[in-house]
Amino acid sequence: MSDAATARHTLSVLVENKPGVLARIAGLISRRGFNIDSLAVGPTEHDAVSRMTIVVDVEELALEQVTKQLNKLVEVLKVVELDPSASVQREIVLIKVRCDATTRPEVIQLAEVFRCNVVDISVDAVVVEATGTRTKLDALRDVLEPYGVRELVQSGLVAVGRGGRSITDRSRRTA
Amino acid sequence: MTNVQAPGSAARIPTPAQVAHSAAPVAPRQVNGAQALVLALEEVGVEVVFGIPGGAILPAYDPLLDSTKVRHVLVRHEQGAGHAAEGYASATGKVGVCMATSGPGATNLVTALADAYMDSVPVVAITGQVHSRTIGTDAFQEADIRGITMPVTKHNYLVTDPADIPRAIAEAFHIAATGRPGPVLVDISKDAMQAQTTFSWPPTLDLPGYRPVTRPHHKQIRAAADLIKAAKKPVFYVGGGVIRARASESLRELVDLTQIPLVTTLMARGAVPDSHPLHLGMPGMHGSVAAVTALQKADLLIALGTRFDDRVTGLLSSFAPEAKVIHADIDPAEISKNRVADVPIVGDCDEVIRELTTALRADIEEGHGGDYSAWRERTAGWVSSFPLGYSPPEDATAIAPQYVIERIGELTGPEATYVAGVGQHQMWAAQFVKYERPNAWLNSGGLGTMGYSVPAAMGAKAGQPDRVVWSIDGDGCFQMTNQELATCVINNIPIKVAIINNSSLGMVRQWQTLFYNQRYSNTDLHTSAAGSRVPDFVKLAEAYGCVGLRCEKPEDVDATIKKALEINDVPVVIDFVVERDAMVWPMVPSGVSNDMVTVARAMTPVFDREGDDGE
Repeated sequence: MSDAATARHTLSVLVENKPGVLARIAGLISRRGFNIDSLAVGPTEHDAVSRMTIVVDVEELALEQVTKQLNKLVEVLKVVELDPSASVQREIVLIKVRCDATTRPEVIQLAEVFRCNVVDISVDAVVVEATGTRTKLDALRDVLEPYGVRELVQSGLVAVGRGGRSITDRSRRTA
Repeated sequence: MTNVQAPGSAARIPTPAQVAHSAAPVAPRQVNGAQALVLALEEVGVEVVFGIPGGAILPAYDPLLDSTKVRHVLVRHEQGAGHAAEGYASATGKVGVCMATSGPGATNLVTALADAYMDSVPVVAITGQVHSRTIGTDAFQEADIRGITMPVTKHNYLVTDPADIPRAIAEAFHIAATGRPGPVLVDISKDAMQAQTTFSWPPTLDLPGYRPVTRPHHKQIRAAADLIKAAKKPVFYVGGGVIRARASESLRELVDLTQIPLVTTLMARGAVPDSHPLHLGMPGMHGSVAAVTALQKADLLIALGTRFDDRVTGLLSSFAPEAKVIHADIDPAEISKNRVADVPIVGDCDEVIRELTTALRADIEEGHGGDYSAWRERTAGWVSSFPLGYSPPEDATAIAPQYVIERIGELTGPEATYVAGVGQHQMWAAQFVKYERPNAWLNSGGLGTMGYSVPAAMGAKAGQPDRVVWSIDGDGCFQMTNQELATCVINNIPIKVAIINNSSLGMVRQWQTLFYNQRYSNTDLHTSAAGSRVPDFVKLAEAYGCVGLRCEKPEDVDATIKKALEINDVPVVIDFVVERDAMVWPMVPSGVSNDMVTVARAMTPVFDREGDDGE
């Protein structure tokens, strides 16, 4: 496939909630040589169905190919691309920031500006929890960096389409 | 088995799911998991299983001994079981079955499963797994075969609850045989086979994510019909999917209606008879000049059940540069994977072809079809100017390998099944045997598995005992799996093996001749050159209880083949000692444009030099 420009695409993948499904999908993506930015897995409103949100960085033809390959997996029920403008997309980050009695108020104030929560305070550090888009989380990290980021953990992106429609409807329909 | 008639189609072999659901339901009864497995195999209609027992699969072999419906053939290596299942499936169109124990038994199946995956062969592999309590502890003979085979199976299962066995088996057969066929592995823990459960049939399939599309979209059919009518230089590019879809008859009708020339890929040899006047031969690296050139010059490719493999396209960016592409395949992921299709059609090849025929018939009968007469004349010209051929060996007393293969085909005829290994002899068998029916030609196309031939021939013969089955093998390939001759002798599966013995890994040697300055690094097998016969294939054949024959002179070729054809009670192995330096031509070197097709060493066809193009 050619050198066409790549772009980030968000895929919502509904899968049967069975052991080994994550390995199947991760293996497929790696052996077919697709670049993934993030992958998040979790339950849905149906016990039998899990939902993966996969962000791939590919060009248009490769996106079509990865979607088709995912659909070929027997345990994949549905693959939907979520347009960023028509969906809500969020990541969560926990950042452990170094601070002492003098810098603590500044850090807490910054957290408030970013509408995030301070979820743990100790003598020499606080843990800040933030939810948002990648841009917002990057900005937060930038302002906390000067205080000393001791540890950072970030989730994969999760996304849901805007409006009343549900992609999980009828996904359990048998052939 | 009952025949289920598809609307408007010839009798088709029913899918296991149809069999399961049309059979009389079996009342629930108490059995153990192993018995449930054997009962399920009987219910899906399994006739033969190729396998080897071992610790973890042992429980399954006990009820198997009592089965009157399922025949078990004890092979000598699990890879042989896998290829035998493939050969059975490819010859009969039914699902082939192989069985092995955990760990090494299961890993020995992997090559055959990968082979079946690449060539879309419907195979179900059943493996024993260690006790579920010890899974993950590196127990004796434990291997994560489900994890190992994920990339090379269409789907796979790990079953640890005996109640799940019938459903897993029914689903496995359904998945293997429907949509794009492929291998499915069912790994069953030993304790699941030993525990008590209730067996009833049919089970309910639970496959909400598996919905292969078989009916093509009518809009796409119309778009394809329009392109076909507007084309001036169309070609049917026919792939193995046509054979798997049992679409040969309907394709023949479409070809006759449209009068469009066609090529059949390595996997599709026999999909349309080679004797058909519009047949241009096989395309690709060792394809005929006519087939390769027709694709390069075409303005429309009608690609049916084929995947634009690199061995067909050569350098992709220069493949069929002027052509629009109609691409029909049951696997949507094949469409526009390598070459972007102008008209993609997802569907079963047989249904696609029938609907295309219907869409085109009225127009053609009213005289509004495309006019391809000038194109037909050009393609026919290429066929007559550049026929397949070979030059006689420099030493007139030596046998040309192509001659042996050509004579086997002619003396045996189109009703036989020809099963090749991988390499030069495979290409010559694809070129010089005339195929007149689908499933007469079996080979390892995608994976290119040396050692495929003998066990696959065994599987084909077990499935169709009344056909003559030739294994056309190389001296290298034969040494990889010839242990299955023991299986053939003991189980009365009298295949015929023609070893095209050039004492080398011939295809590799050919590349060394052409691209590595004739530096023959590790390609001499010492199986005939300079009087060294290690092993002596005739003695080896006799040691196994086969008839062993040797042929070293061109004038003895016919008599030897005839002698082999007269022996039908035991396997026959012929050591055809052939010329070493023969090469496969035509050839498009790897990674270059198909315009560079070479008829023989340093000989490019002259038509390309402007002028003959008529444009």
